Amino acid sequence: MPVFILRRLLQSVLVLFFMSLLVFVGVYAIGNPVDILINPQADQADIERAIAALGLDKPLWEQYLIFLRQALLGDLGKSFAYNIPAIQLILERMPATLELALAATGMAVLLGIPLGLWAGLAPDSWPGKLIMTGSILGFSLPTFWVGLMLIMVFAVELGWLPSNGRGPTTELFGVPVSFLSWEGIRHLILPAINLALFKFSLIIRLTRAGTREALLQDYVKFARAKGLSNARVVGVHVLKNIMIPIVTVIGLEFGSVIAFAIVTESIFAWPGMGKLIIDSINVLDRPVIVAYLLIIVSLFILINLTVDIVYSLLDPRVRISEAKG
Amino acid sequence: MDREQTPLQRIAADFAQSKLALAGLAVLALILLVALFAPLISPQNPYDLAQLDVQDSRLPPGSKSGDGLTFWLGSDDQGRDILSGIFYGLRISLGVGVASTLCAVIIGLTMGLCAAYFGGRTDGVIMRCVDIQLSFPAILIALILLALLGQGIGKTIFALITVQWAYYARTVRSTALVERRKEYIEAAMCLALPPARIVFRHLLPNCLPPLIVIATVQVAAAIALEATLSYLGIGVPITEPSLGLLIKNGFDYMLSGKYWISFFPGIALLLTIVSINLVADQLRDVLNPRLQK
Repeated sequence: MPVFILRRLLQSVLVLFFMSLLVFVGVYAIGNPVDILINPQADQADIERAIAALGLDKPLWEQYLIFLRQALLGDLGKSFAYNIPAIQLILERMPATLELALAATGMAVLLGIPLGLWAGLAPDSWPGKLIMTGSILGFSLPTFWVGLMLIMVFAVELGWLPSNGRGPTTELFGVPVSFLSWEGIRHLILPAINLALFKFSLIIRLTRAGTREALLQDYVKFARAKGLSNARVVGVHVLKNIMIPIVTVIGLEFGSVIAFAIVTESIFAWPGMGKLIIDSINVLDRPVIVAYLLIIVSLFILINLTVDIVYSLLDPRVRISEAKG
Repeated sequence: MDREQTPLQRIAADFAQSKLALAGLAVLALILLVALFAPLISPQNPYDLAQLDVQDSRLPPGSKSGDGLTFWLGSDDQGRDILSGIFYGLRISLGVGVASTLCAVIIGLTMGLCAAYFGGRTDGVIMRCVDIQLSFPAILIALILLALLGQGIGKTIFALITVQWAYYARTVRSTALVERRKEYIEAAMCLALPPARIVFRHLLPNCLPPLIVIATVQVAAAIALEATLSYLGIGVPITEPSLGLLIKNGFDYMLSGKYWISFFPGIALLLTIVSINLVADQLRDVLNPRLQK
């Protein structure tokens, strides 16, 4: 067990190291770092001071070490566009992204599991088939296309819901959130549906497959033989057993929800990290790009590491095969 | 089953059993033809500035331009015919999708075959790379690469190849591991054929069916991802707009009710992706040996 965790930890550190090297090479070695890292509006004296301060006159490997040290100290430079530290800027935008991601995940679970159960219990009925066809569309349609259609129908044609921004926010433990006011919820609905769609389809398919498999198991036959009501068999016996893979996938996929929030946030002008990175790329705000890439990669490595460790705790087969490999 | 049938005929006959898949194939063929012959059938060359007139901008579908051309699907903010824009955009979207998938298939196939055939450390290194890469969502990897490299068709294709190769490597490896243990490979090894010949002439053809299925699905995924990246403004450059970029260009006007600039390119994208998926779905059933009668 400790060997497994150690190997995984080592691998995570290696990936992080490789990613930092990639970002470093991308930003510092390709192109002129003076243009990239120093505000173009600075005068000559400022530029020279900055070159010395950033160590751009030193050899490349030494520059990389300096970059690493700065990154570890949490100093990745100031945003050109906002003139505040890049890390601080991203951390300020993080709650909006997390709120959207959580709302979308919640929506996908609350709607996906019942619909998946329905499709699993009656696979040949027309609602069952309709649910499955819908889930295929949810898989294959690009997120941004669906977002566009949502805006076109619900915001432009019907005028029911707003199509951009977060609305007024309320402070909850010092963090601004939207879901505590009606106006905030109205702003949250369309982006959350848009972001939820892919996970929603995934959960429907998982639940349906799990349900169909569980219905054939002995414990379900036994429960029926005991004379339990259908609601109890499905609600307790089936549901409990299919929850394990579903919960795993929801956990695993949370990272990808945050990644796809880039698209949803850009469409709905939701002021989160994802919109920030796209805006930063468009105006070449390099410190923010570097900081975002390093933060999101670290976040992913952390999620993957946690999932791996939890998995190995739950399932001994994982760590046995890992110890062999 | 009829003995006279060649495998290709059998596949074609099985494929034709699904009406939906045939419809998908018909739509896909039409889209391919349109993309191929775009310069011949477009009412207008949307990138020839001499043919554009700003006075024709943002006209609704069906209106006539100053010089008598009918904009069946309306015109955009530069006075371009949307229909022509879609024809040219399809070329770029399909071109990027197909080119990146082909390259990724070749890389993934080689990597997967090497991993399965040589095993040991080669296998370990290749598959660890695949695992690590697949633990990040495709869109994130593409975003990182394009954020570092900048816009461009070549760069977009490069990003899409990087994103895709790992799927193929993994699929090919698992098929090849099974095939490797079969007798014909053993026989080839007994004949002391060079490893390259065994891998490419004997192992490779037998690993193709699952690869074809995944590659078909992935073309649709690649087109969707390219459209997403271009929509975000980090994919193809503005001088060579794909469907995604056309949609982005119309987005601002959509909020003021001028839906057609975004909507019709969106429909073209939808038809492309759905028709490819329908074909891929049927191909999977046809090529799956477990489902064969």
